[in-house]
Amino acid sequence: MGEVETVAAVTRETDRYQEAFARFEPGAAGNGQAWLRSLRRAGIARFGELGFPTTHDEDWRFTSVEPIAKTTFAPARDVRAGVAPRALAPFTFPGPPCTRLVFVNGRYAPALSSLRPLPGGVKAVSLAQALSAEGDLLEPHLARYAEYQQDAFTALNTAFMEDGAFVLIPRGAVLDEPIHFLYVATEAGAPTITHPRNLIVAGDDSQATVVEDYVSLTEEVSFSNAVTELVVGQNGVLSHYLIERESAQAFNVSTLRIQQGRSSNVASHSVLVGGALVRNNIHPVLAGEGGECLINGLFMGTGRQHMDNYMKVEHAAPHCDSRQFYQGILDGQSRGVFHGRIIVHKDAQKTDAKQTNRNLLLSEEAQIDTKPQLEIYADDVKCTHGATIGQIDEGAIFYLRSRGIAAESARALLLFAFAGESLQRMKVAPIRKHLEALVTAWLPQGKLLEDVR
Amino acid sequence: MMLEIRNLHAKVGNQEILKGVNLKVNAGEVHSIMGPNGSGKSTLAQVLAGRETYEVTEGEVIYEGKNLLEMAPEERAVEGVFMAFQYPVEIPGVGNTYFLRAALNAIRKARGLEELDAMDFLPLVKEKMKLLEVDDRLLTRSVNEGFSGGEKKRNEIFQMAVLEPKLCIMDETDSGLDIDALRIVAKGVNALRSPQRAIIVVTHYQRLLTYIIPDHVLVLVDGRIVKSGGKELALELESKGYGWVEDEARAAAAGRG
Repeated sequence: MGEVETVAAVTRETDRYQEAFARFEPGAAGNGQAWLRSLRRAGIARFGELGFPTTHDEDWRFTSVEPIAKTTFAPARDVRAGVAPRALAPFTFPGPPCTRLVFVNGRYAPALSSLRPLPGGVKAVSLAQALSAEGDLLEPHLARYAEYQQDAFTALNTAFMEDGAFVLIPRGAVLDEPIHFLYVATEAGAPTITHPRNLIVAGDDSQATVVEDYVSLTEEVSFSNAVTELVVGQNGVLSHYLIERESAQAFNVSTLRIQQGRSSNVASHSVLVGGALVRNNIHPVLAGEGGECLINGLFMGTGRQHMDNYMKVEHAAPHCDSRQFYQGILDGQSRGVFHGRIIVHKDAQKTDAKQTNRNLLLSEEAQIDTKPQLEIYADDVKCTHGATIGQIDEGAIFYLRSRGIAAESARALLLFAFAGESLQRMKVAPIRKHLEALVTAWLPQGKLLEDVR
Repeated sequence: MMLEIRNLHAKVGNQEILKGVNLKVNAGEVHSIMGPNGSGKSTLAQVLAGRETYEVTEGEVIYEGKNLLEMAPEERAVEGVFMAFQYPVEIPGVGNTYFLRAALNAIRKARGLEELDAMDFLPLVKEKMKLLEVDDRLLTRSVNEGFSGGEKKRNEIFQMAVLEPKLCIMDETDSGLDIDALRIVAKGVNALRSPQRAIIVVTHYQRLLTYIIPDHVLVLVDGRIVKSGGKELALELESKGYGWVEDEARAAAAGRG
């Protein structure tokens, strides 16, 4: 009986999205192109089949998406004119300006964006623009990597994909300044859903840094269902930063799918401090020999926040190295999840994969689930994993206090040091400094650090 | 008088470790507290530093006219109490320089002095580093992280030299040090000797006392100070071991009982 009811409920939830799709499709950017139309249709069809995942699904064991499934979201209204440029000042990085594409409730806002001169041939534009005008540039890559057949949220995003960022970096181009995608959730009068879709195609020997940043100017319920595909050619060096700092009412499911060519080097850095329910999927595929991938993350929850980090690192070619370092700090009644999956395919000999997840629980009620999962089909590989869960070291607190540092400052200092391990791996100084400040502000006694730093 | 310990009792869990310690320390003096393993030497040092693992059940400790036991560890530190740890703690991610400056500024602030910025701080640190033959690289590393046992001990005395406390308590700083490191540590401590400062050297062995010559030697056995004397007592303990003092203590306890 219960089973039947569940199925019925799922059907109703997906029905709403089917109806929304029927309204969305005819006017969607680039709908005239058959390849795009068929992708969107495949997306909605697959979402209808999969439905929202439940905790019976192994990949979602620790995270219930019921709050998302149960909410009726309205498509985002155009409220771009309501955002003042100065409202975005807190989200910019110190130092020299950089190219910034701003999206308000999912829509590209040219008036708020700043486009800087970029090296020859480099493109950083809104996806909607590109879909309308340069579909042939997108077709070979868009939705070719992100697994909408397997994942309901990716399928949903693929159905509704329209706006987001498209970055094209030709062979050999080196970008000194980061490119910042700033997704702003603002007042819309009703719970709003957006489906940011980013595509970054970095040619052979290119080098760049992109930042994907989710922020709120409102306490309204919102849902960012984002998918980013990052395709890196031979010897390409790319770093990607994900910043989740939306309000405590926000849902955020984001998927970063990285496709790495031969001898490429990709770093994925995530800092999660915001959101009510956050799912952070990182899925690199090391598809060419000699690739290197760093997956570095810091998640800090408090109140009733839920932060789920799902890593799927696929070694599909020989001689690739992957390093995962994820650190969690959980306070209040927050809950964290780290699911680290490493898949070593049959031909991926000499794989060197390492995974470390360290967690600090600051309260009795905070909780972490950590789960390594190794699937190894090659026979000459090195894979290691380790996870720790602990409290703040009272011995270290006493040591600091015995030297005159007040108890609260000592505590803040140790927390910052723990977070700092993660921050130190972030090599782009203006971004790192900005994130250090973000982390410091999050810490219960963070402002005490300012006195001594 | 700088420090007076009166009938101090302390326990950890249900185990009583200090069973009535009495001690008076004047500024300018060096006291050595010696004793066999498990006699309570380290407990005494840690109670003075404010370690909360130990519960004081009886007695009092007066430091410069104030009730030391009512003060938080950081208050004791800013009032000039310093303990060199037997087992210094590794603190990954907290830089040594940053830590030392934060500690020094906390103390300076409490004394009404201006806080030092990095520019003023560095020359001071360099001078003390020279004294303790501390490697420059130590400054850029995290507190005690990856240090050898000897480096950690030397770092404790280096901190002591920078912070210039009034009451220095050294908890088995000599254990595990080779003779060169021992000489360097002793040089650092001797440089700190002054009429305004008192030093308590807690140790199991006489070795360090060859270099840091104490004014008073006290022997702690089973949570009580059972014997006191001059520097010759340390030598006597070195040659005869602790057995005879323990026997005397037992006999005295039997007499009391």
